[in-house]
Amino acid sequence: MTRTTEETLELNADVLVIGGGLAGTWAAAAARRAGATVILADKGYCGTSGVTATAGPGHWWIPPDPPELRENAIANRRKTGFGLNDAGWMARTLALTWESLPTLAGFYNFSKDESGAIQYRALRGPEYMRALRRLVESLGITVLDHSPALELLQRPDGSVSGARGIRRQRGGDWQVNAGAVVLATGGTSFLSRLLGSHTNTGDGYLMAAEAGAELSGMEFTTYHTVAPVRSTMTRTMSYAFATYYDEDGAVIPMPPGPDTMRPLARALLKGKVLCDLSRTPEDIRAKVPTISPNFMLPFRRWGVDPYSERFEVTLHGEGTIRGIGGLRVVSDDCATSVPGLFAAGDTATRELVAGAISGGGNINSAWAVSSGQWAGRGAARFSAENGSASGGRPIGQASLRPASVERDVDLRATLSAIQDEMLSYDKNIFRNGGTLKRSGELLEDIWADVDAHARGSGNTRLKARETSAMLATARWCIASALARDESRGMHQREDRPETDPRFNRRILVGGLDKVWTQSDYGRALELAS
Amino acid sequence: MIELVIAERCTGCNACVEICPTNVLAPSLNGPPEIAHQQDCQTCFMCELYCREDAIYVAPDCENPTDVDKEEIVASGLLGEFRRNHGWDEWAADPRYSNEHWRMESVFLRARDMAIAEAAAKRKNEQR
Repeated sequence: MTRTTEETLELNADVLVIGGGLAGTWAAAAARRAGATVILADKGYCGTSGVTATAGPGHWWIPPDPPELRENAIANRRKTGFGLNDAGWMARTLALTWESLPTLAGFYNFSKDESGAIQYRALRGPEYMRALRRLVESLGITVLDHSPALELLQRPDGSVSGARGIRRQRGGDWQVNAGAVVLATGGTSFLSRLLGSHTNTGDGYLMAAEAGAELSGMEFTTYHTVAPVRSTMTRTMSYAFATYYDEDGAVIPMPPGPDTMRPLARALLKGKVLCDLSRTPEDIRAKVPTISPNFMLPFRRWGVDPYSERFEVTLHGEGTIRGIGGLRVVSDDCATSVPGLFAAGDTATRELVAGAISGGGNINSAWAVSSGQWAGRGAARFSAENGSASGGRPIGQASLRPASVERDVDLRATLSAIQDEMLSYDKNIFRNGGTLKRSGELLEDIWADVDAHARGSGNTRLKARETSAMLATARWCIASALARDESRGMHQREDRPETDPRFNRRILVGGLDKVWTQSDYGRALELAS
Repeated sequence: MIELVIAERCTGCNACVEICPTNVLAPSLNGPPEIAHQQDCQTCFMCELYCREDAIYVAPDCENPTDVDKEEIVASGLLGEFRRNHGWDEWAADPRYSNEHWRMESVFLRARDMAIAEAAAKRKNEQR
């Protein structure tokens, strides 16, 4: 079953899960529990990789009784999601999340409140991911750490049959031949310095598109999160008590509620923005280090007291992380349109549950727990029904097999151009058609160059591939933002300020050589009023 | 970015090499792991959490390396604070560091209620 050549570790399994974050670990566990042999390959370390490990999701968590609780939550979310989400998917996400978290009791030390009630809803990131790693290991799943996937294997009939990648600590490559593959590689923030996001470079989107999959909701990628400048600390809880000031010391007015992103971005386009947390009640200040132990680290180390001193802040882009686009899923088991290929967590579109606004930590983590398990079970079933894990060939293109003659491509300059188009507040938070069109043209030129000539080797193989994945993702985002010729949810077009009923549909996007978009006419959606 | 692996504290267990999600560290034959790819550090502080010897210091600046004085950092008391606040390893039984993350939602609700009360007070003032 195992063959090690000088260069390639070759393994077989019923299911290969790519990515060992929140969705990937739940997917691997579900596939194994459905009877499949499972290999989980993570770019970094399953337990610290991905955006959950540094955060702490409070899942979307609503009791089943009385039933009105969930019905009302779903109805409310239909309204705030601008009609792009689906009541059925929301209901099954709520139900599966509710059933799943208590099953971690042997692996996670759940807290009790003052009344002795066990608190299942919110799990702290490092402990949560450590628990999920222990769960995965206890089930006999093979974990390949520091094993980034580079490309999928595809059979002549179009079905996916595994993947290949790099063993970046042990040397050489790996290949897993599998009956089905779950992509759980996360979203991408285009390396914005969002906390914990630097393993998440959109690799799964590119690999899936090369196999023929399409994406959905890629226009909803404008979300940004506040952090002290020069830091990664995008933990948001304490900013609920923030006061923001412009360079002259005047308070920047904020609307009530959590939506501070747009006023902050407007202020940042004018100049420096300062912040203090002086409104934080004393009892909460005392609890912050044991609620979110990482939040105070930058302040403590810089010798700044955020409760009495002002500190400069910035906004880090979330891309498809707290944005919501990703691979389109075509069935209840989170299958993509490519046979044998399943998508989970931020790799999949979260429009189904979140709609046109950010799912935030709550909905996105509930989606990761649920979609992971659906995808894992779906992959196990597909593998059992379709049999042997062999016969695929590697299909990676950009920066692996250049279309034309190999030539040096400046990866740093490429990344910087992508970031300029995808992370500039004036281009993305406040969009308009003309700017989007120019972004699209610029990215097309860069893609043509990368596609034709880039080929990573040695140490640059992974970076080249990651850069290509972010570039492809950026093109889909821009194309979708142009196609959605209106404003809706987090996608706000300055030149199209109204929400237009003609766009009460999801927008699909795909293509590598040539990017295409189309309205999803698979199912008509009603605009919730 | 990670700045220090303190040789006097490091036992050479290489846990940091294994758990670093962006593969910044490399084991060395004699002595502590080497900070081999500092520019790849994502400033996530995970290495500090997994270092039982509190031998690692990550500076909060994620953009550029920081000049740090090892003796100053050791004397500062900052080393190990993160792991202690997480209640890991020898701190697990200490009630001062029990995991209170579950209170997060109630903190958000407090903030919301405060904002509502402040807005109401403001309206009242304006009416006077």
